[in-house]
Amino acid sequence: MKLFEHEAKTILATYGIPTPTGGLAKKARQVREIAAELKAPFAIKAQVLVAGRGKAGGILFADSVQDAEKAAERLLNMRIKGIPVRSVWIEEKIRTKKELYLGVTIDRANRSHVAIASAVGGIEIEEIAKEAPEKVVKFLVNPQHGFHSFHAHQMARKIGYSGTQLLSLGKIFESLYRAGMDYDAELIEMNPIAETFDGKFVAADVRIIIDDNALFRHQQYKKRLLEGESELTPQELSAIKNDLAYVKLDGDIGVIGNGAGLVMATLDTIQYYGGKPANFLDVGGGATSEKIATALGIVLSDPNVKALFINILGGITRCDEVARGILKAREEVGVAKPVVIRLVGTNEEEGKRILTEAGMHVLESMEEAAQEVVEMSQQVGEG
Amino acid sequence: MGIIIDKNTHAIVQGITGTQGRFHTKLMLEYGTKIVAGVTPGKGGARIQDIPVYDTIEAALEKHPADASIIFVPAPFAAEAALEALENGIKIIIVITEHIPIKDAVNVMTYAKQANATIIGPNTPGIITPGECKLGIMPVHIFNPGEIGMVSRSGTLTYEIAASLTKSNLGQSTCIGLGGDPITGLNFIDALKMFKKDTKTKAVVLIGEIGGNLEELTAEYIAKQRYPKPVVAFIAGRSAPAGKRMGHAGAIIMGKAGTAKSKIEALRSAGVKIAEKPSDVARLLSRLVDV
Repeated sequence: MKLFEHEAKTILATYGIPTPTGGLAKKARQVREIAAELKAPFAIKAQVLVAGRGKAGGILFADSVQDAEKAAERLLNMRIKGIPVRSVWIEEKIRTKKELYLGVTIDRANRSHVAIASAVGGIEIEEIAKEAPEKVVKFLVNPQHGFHSFHAHQMARKIGYSGTQLLSLGKIFESLYRAGMDYDAELIEMNPIAETFDGKFVAADVRIIIDDNALFRHQQYKKRLLEGESELTPQELSAIKNDLAYVKLDGDIGVIGNGAGLVMATLDTIQYYGGKPANFLDVGGGATSEKIATALGIVLSDPNVKALFINILGGITRCDEVARGILKAREEVGVAKPVVIRLVGTNEEEGKRILTEAGMHVLESMEEAAQEVVEMSQQVGEG
Repeated sequence: MGIIIDKNTHAIVQGITGTQGRFHTKLMLEYGTKIVAGVTPGKGGARIQDIPVYDTIEAALEKHPADASIIFVPAPFAAEAALEALENGIKIIIVITEHIPIKDAVNVMTYAKQANATIIGPNTPGIITPGECKLGIMPVHIFNPGEIGMVSRSGTLTYEIAASLTKSNLGQSTCIGLGGDPITGLNFIDALKMFKKDTKTKAVVLIGEIGGNLEELTAEYIAKQRYPKPVVAFIAGRSAPAGKRMGHAGAIIMGKAGTAKSKIEALRSAGVKIAEKPSDVARLLSRLVDV
């Protein structure tokens, strides 16, 4: 789960990390009140979760309270990569001498957390690592020993700092690691962290992504995701609430299956035969008929879907439950679009019987079914 | 033969009294797996499928020597269960549980490395040496004893491909699900090293997917070692967009890293035969192995 910049900055401030003084506003008028308490010039930043916010014009600067209000007005009427801006964060603009990078993330191959520091910041760390690898320093953290002040000092020295600056940067880094662990962050980064002209450091932009699997330890954010402000579409929200894995894609063939790998392979097979999948939807293992019906409801509510492919290979999922779920969806939400069903595995015979008696056609081969659904989607397109 | 587990493996089920633990203990016993004890803290003294249940692994081991453990404990407590098994000297641990926090998984893996133990998973269907032992939740009728080793990051996709191998008379030596999470224990390279030594295994099937760089590292290993057995791979997620988690927590393309294209190219240049569709795996293998 991605946190908004204002959430991330608020967290870091509680760890004693210097962040610019500022406040959150949903209306331009509020910006005026907040700005009146701050020192000009100001930075006004759209609170959206999409990457590339700055380039898309989502960060504006102002020298007066009046201009700050105007800037906020503009941002609040904007969409960034299709996402409407619902709130802005206004803060004192930092006078930056140099931009750096500090972050902690997961190193999958080494099965550990990795602390990363760079003498260059402000652009994606992957880009920095590619263009100037000598400027990037990494340290694999042993969870039993943790990330200590001396580790942070070693890294601060390697990106060019000494004396009191080494101490203050080290302290910030150590706190960042601690915040990352406390909040189960799969990514926590200050990009950039600014070095000011008086030699201090301030977290100019902060990103935190909380590990979805650890959200049960962070109920406050889980609640915000499910009930409050989020950038989820109604389909995505319904999927999360019903424990379904759903990803919207840009094609016209709806896909439902069980198991992430199988569904991915189903999308690939559709593409192989010249079709375009409209979504990824994994119902997981052991889905009940209710869950199957919910899944159908989600996929069919996408107006781009012309035909539907249900691909089930039952292990702990039972084919008869799936069949009942399909019929349930037909009764409850109506299934007007053509459907191709591939159903094999546990209780296959019963599942097939239920669907065949209801006048639905069931196939055994995934590839045959994929070809059929691609043809159907093309016929619908022509008609 | 086969790798990691066989007919001599004696296993403990952690979380045996839960719905999943209970159900799959029954199925594993029916397959012939030697389950010697179950563990659920607070439920010591109970019996499930006539298997004695203990409060701790320590207590179970006092009565029943075991070399493996399979974990069905819910996510918030699963890492704790794995640490208990490790601390009590169990060297093969299969973590079926899905949704374990990354931080917890990192802890377990660090401990396992020091203990020189093998962790399979988390978020795995488990492992099966057909005809001998199953520690997992996979349907058994699609497997048959034979000479093909399988190692996979996916569950149902493994079933899909295993079923088509069995239909083509290509039985399996051992099939392992590595798990769909970003942090997992055993990886492709570990499995390949074991299959290399296993005299029964004649060829290996790798089933990879988008996310991370394990397939690329595996390709490096295969090329460098001039891996002596034929390897066929299928990589899922050619049509997956960047930045989206495709069902598995670990199946995500970050920026330009972790694409199917990169994995396929790396494996192909290491001499691995690439299946375009799941059913191509059996076809490619038939050409490489005498059956």
